[in-house]
Amino acid sequence: MSSENSTLVKLNNAGFKQNDKWLVEGVSLTVNKGKIVTLIGPNGSGKSTTAKIALGIYKNIEGSVEKYTNKVGYVPQKISIDWTLPLRVHDFMLLTENIKDDAIDEALNLTGVIHLKNKNLGNLSGGEFQRVLIARAISKKPELLVLDEPVQGVDYTGEIALYELIKRISDTLNCGILLISHDLHTVMTATDHVVCLNGHVCCSGTPMDVAKNNEYKTLFGEQASQILSVYEHKHDHVHSDKGEIKKN
Amino acid sequence: MFDDFFIRALIAGLGIALVTGPLGCFVVWRRLSYFGDTLSHSALLGVTIAYSFEINIALSVFLISSVVALILIQLQKKTNLPGDALLGLLAHSSLAVGLVVIGFLTFIRFDIMGLLFGDILAVTTDDLLIIWTGGALILLVLKFIWKPLFASTVNYELAEAEGLNPDRAKAIFTILMAAVIAISIKMVGLLLITGMLIIPAAMARNLSDSPQKMVLFSIIGGLLSVLLGLFSSLEFNTSSGPSIIMAALVLFILSLLNIKQSIKLKN
Repeated sequence: MSSENSTLVKLNNAGFKQNDKWLVEGVSLTVNKGKIVTLIGPNGSGKSTTAKIALGIYKNIEGSVEKYTNKVGYVPQKISIDWTLPLRVHDFMLLTENIKDDAIDEALNLTGVIHLKNKNLGNLSGGEFQRVLIARAISKKPELLVLDEPVQGVDYTGEIALYELIKRISDTLNCGILLISHDLHTVMTATDHVVCLNGHVCCSGTPMDVAKNNEYKTLFGEQASQILSVYEHKHDHVHSDKGEIKKN
Repeated sequence: MFDDFFIRALIAGLGIALVTGPLGCFVVWRRLSYFGDTLSHSALLGVTIAYSFEINIALSVFLISSVVALILIQLQKKTNLPGDALLGLLAHSSLAVGLVVIGFLTFIRFDIMGLLFGDILAVTTDDLLIIWTGGALILLVLKFIWKPLFASTVNYELAEAEGLNPDRAKAIFTILMAAVIAISIKMVGLLLITGMLIIPAAMARNLSDSPQKMVLFSIIGGLLSVLLGLFSSLEFNTSSGPSIIMAALVLFILSLLNIKQSIKLKN
């Protein structure tokens, strides 16, 4: 890992217990500037919990969290907003920080929802709302971005575009990203470091390291391991949604 | 000019409406109607203590309501009872204690009706000072905690994750609730204070598409309710609290007509 001063958040043997049950324990990981760290693992393996520990949402944790930035953007997995609130997309963008209007427009443009700026938040579809959530998180130009399944409910082409956007933001803003994703293809193409969780860290490392790990294979099955292995070679083509191969 | 009781009542009422407008929006957004009720029920105890020890009513009510709010927060942490049961428990037990204490205070003549429903004759020049300085302070503090409070009202975890300290904002807001009840109890009466918080805000919700607009309309609605209510209270010799709340209700009903029209326009 790179030098200490580029560290944004560091978990040391962190864990969280709720009602005497460990949601996750013994997690150590570091997110550095400009790097994408991805958490993978089955349902209930503690991915979102780990993200919330890193964000400081959970207070009474085991181990420790060192956070070196306050400029944080967060896209939660589940968000329950009371739709009785009169709240337009524009108001929502200003929720945690006063952002200039052109920065708002830019972010909404990047996620393709600028036309919804004055719409009521309650009238958006699931995918549209997800795009607004991402726009809100990136518009404040954060140093640390925590994305918990950020593209859920987004259409297929949008999903790819948004992941490309996330990768691009990590480069241009030089921000660190903690990403939770079920899409192993994404994990492989965009990630610098993978942490595979199953109540504890079952393995971690570069995507290739994880793919070769036996614990990973038992957790996700042989097929998932192959998906990861596929990415050992350089990409020279992409697949369209009809399955045709397009040369780059 | 403060000599006339009606002028004093008007100035007091308008000051209260300026504060209950924005605070009431948060009461509606955060679903705190019954929390407001609980605090105002406990205010009776505050009033009796004020009479017993001859201290200022607003101060005593503020202290007792704050204590009740703190007890509530502790009970929420330490018991498994649902929130509404705890609110009911505190509301009725503090009301009961207040009434029993009144029973013991035989040496003081109480105007129970005035206490419950407000009395415009009771507003003194000192009260005006308390309402306007207290109200200005409440609004100032609310402006200061607006961002974290509003963000955590929309979504607690977002506010916490992005470093806004929503717990502190919530605690401060609780104190503000106790303060607004303290300054408005004489005028509106302890049974109807929550109405003053909720009804103008509910009316404003029907007319607004953004939080700022809702706060603005809520203030305007509150001011109009006080004006209409107090003039009719004078005209028909009714209690000030119910008159103000009825005026607010009329405005709310008018705002429903606006909804109907906008639905028709959409179709």
